[in-house]
Amino acid sequence: MLVIKNIVCPICGCLCDDIEATVEDNKIIKVKNSCSVSATKFLNYYKERNLSPLIRENSELKPASIQEAINKTAEILMNADLPVIYGFACTGCETQSVGVELAEEVGGIIDNQTVTCHGPSALGLHDQGMPSCTLGEIRHRADLIVYWGSNFQESHPRHLARYSALSEGRFRKGRKDRKLVVIDVRKTPSARLADLYIPIEPGQDYELMSALRMALQFDEIEEESVAGLSIEQIEELAEMMRSCEFGVLFYGLGLTMSRGKERNIDMAISLVRDLNKWTKFVIMPMRGHYNVTGMNEVTAWQTGYPYAVDFSHGYPYYSPGETTFTDLLRRGECDAALIVASDPLAHFPKDVAKNLCKIPYAVIDPHLSMTALAAEVVIPCAFTGIEAEGSAYRMDTVPLPLKKVVDPPSGIYPDEEIVSMILKTIKSKRR
Amino acid sequence: MKFRAILLTGRSLKQGMGKELGKVSDKYMESVSVCEVHPKDAEELGLKEGDSIRVTTQFGSIIVKCNISQNIAKPGVVFIPYGPYANMLIDPTTDSSGMPSFKGITAEIEPAPQEKVLSVKDLLSKYLGG
Repeated sequence: MLVIKNIVCPICGCLCDDIEATVEDNKIIKVKNSCSVSATKFLNYYKERNLSPLIRENSELKPASIQEAINKTAEILMNADLPVIYGFACTGCETQSVGVELAEEVGGIIDNQTVTCHGPSALGLHDQGMPSCTLGEIRHRADLIVYWGSNFQESHPRHLARYSALSEGRFRKGRKDRKLVVIDVRKTPSARLADLYIPIEPGQDYELMSALRMALQFDEIEEESVAGLSIEQIEELAEMMRSCEFGVLFYGLGLTMSRGKERNIDMAISLVRDLNKWTKFVIMPMRGHYNVTGMNEVTAWQTGYPYAVDFSHGYPYYSPGETTFTDLLRRGECDAALIVASDPLAHFPKDVAKNLCKIPYAVIDPHLSMTALAAEVVIPCAFTGIEAEGSAYRMDTVPLPLKKVVDPPSGIYPDEEIVSMILKTIKSKRR
Repeated sequence: MKFRAILLTGRSLKQGMGKELGKVSDKYMESVSVCEVHPKDAEELGLKEGDSIRVTTQFGSIIVKCNISQNIAKPGVVFIPYGPYANMLIDPTTDSSGMPSFKGITAEIEPAPQEKVLSVKDLLSKYLGG
């Protein structure tokens, strides 16, 4: 029996780095410090798993060798006019880097799950910049913590304990030293923990943030209420934000997916910028997939842009709305795809997902997902962070090492190796 | 009898745990085929916990199970976890942002006692045009 400590959890953007796993006969039998989602993964990752590459023949997925699956994937990508390489938010930076190179090699588009989570945050960042800091800084100093449109208790279960209201920092010792505000449409389990829960009307976040900016400047708000809140409530919240010593606004998909999208983020950043005239205030998106931040970093190093990068012109071109996978599929503009560590069929709107089923695509994923079930080629891979090592970026852009805790099953490779094999095959066929 | 509501989609703990048991596992599919309804709305429609309901938007229609929930702050709002069922109802346009509108869609909710929640196979055949 072996106890492995300080494992970085490959679930959400918190990247909790204190997981302990007990391993016996190459199987994880016990985990410590995990949230319920993390424990479910560590103790069940090997179940309901496909261990053979599959290729579709006469409408059915049939077992194939790894080389046959690699060759078929290379063929699909090489025969396409505009292939898309998509996913990578649930794997290491090393795989992501090869994925970007592959997109450039085939003259296609590289995109990732940012498109359906914090794409609007990237757009807001381009326009406004983002006054932020590390989660450690927040743990040590923040006395006012605001979550806006984020049900962190269900999406990031240990965020509160490790990095915000419940954490013990150098200057703020715990819950009694901090005020917790939750602004949300629903009274979620997170909202129930707050000192102040602010129920907001759906789709009126932009209006409330505008009103808060007015209240901060002591402007008169010529309305009886905004977003379901009375003017007195808005002025009280503005005063609470203005008078803290170190405030943080964590925001979730409640802002990026609602009416306004990137304009909501513009306004949230502007609100925080205004607050810095009075006090210290920072803002941070609650990134979901454990290494979606890494994919933005890696894509930006290699192309200059964080997602939705088009190489079809021979140079990197970035135009969200035009080069985003969701829009390309909806308009029927791409004609092949390679999906890595993602399940777009379960996460894209029906009319977008349907068009994915009309083009040939390959999937590299440890899970047998809905996307895999409708693919031309399926290549199973090792679970990064459990069966393969790598690097990942936490939501505050701090990079952390992912450990290999157990060996993958025989014949199952890390996705970095598989993407590299596809790239090598394409290069050798072309040169 | 039906009522009009604003549909929100989002994460849930059960969905998070379900996906780690396998993206086509029964647990995952059960966790994402529910709709949280305010107790008052449920009472007006005569809905009980676990009843089949039809949720319809201008983009599609799907059968899910009713979950009477205190999470819904006020009547006229419903919630379905992210996943293949919610996706049947989502506006695919992105306003040139890449991001579809996953929250804030007008929906109609009605009891559907005779109807069943689609299986993975049924959902796939919808995508594949079957």
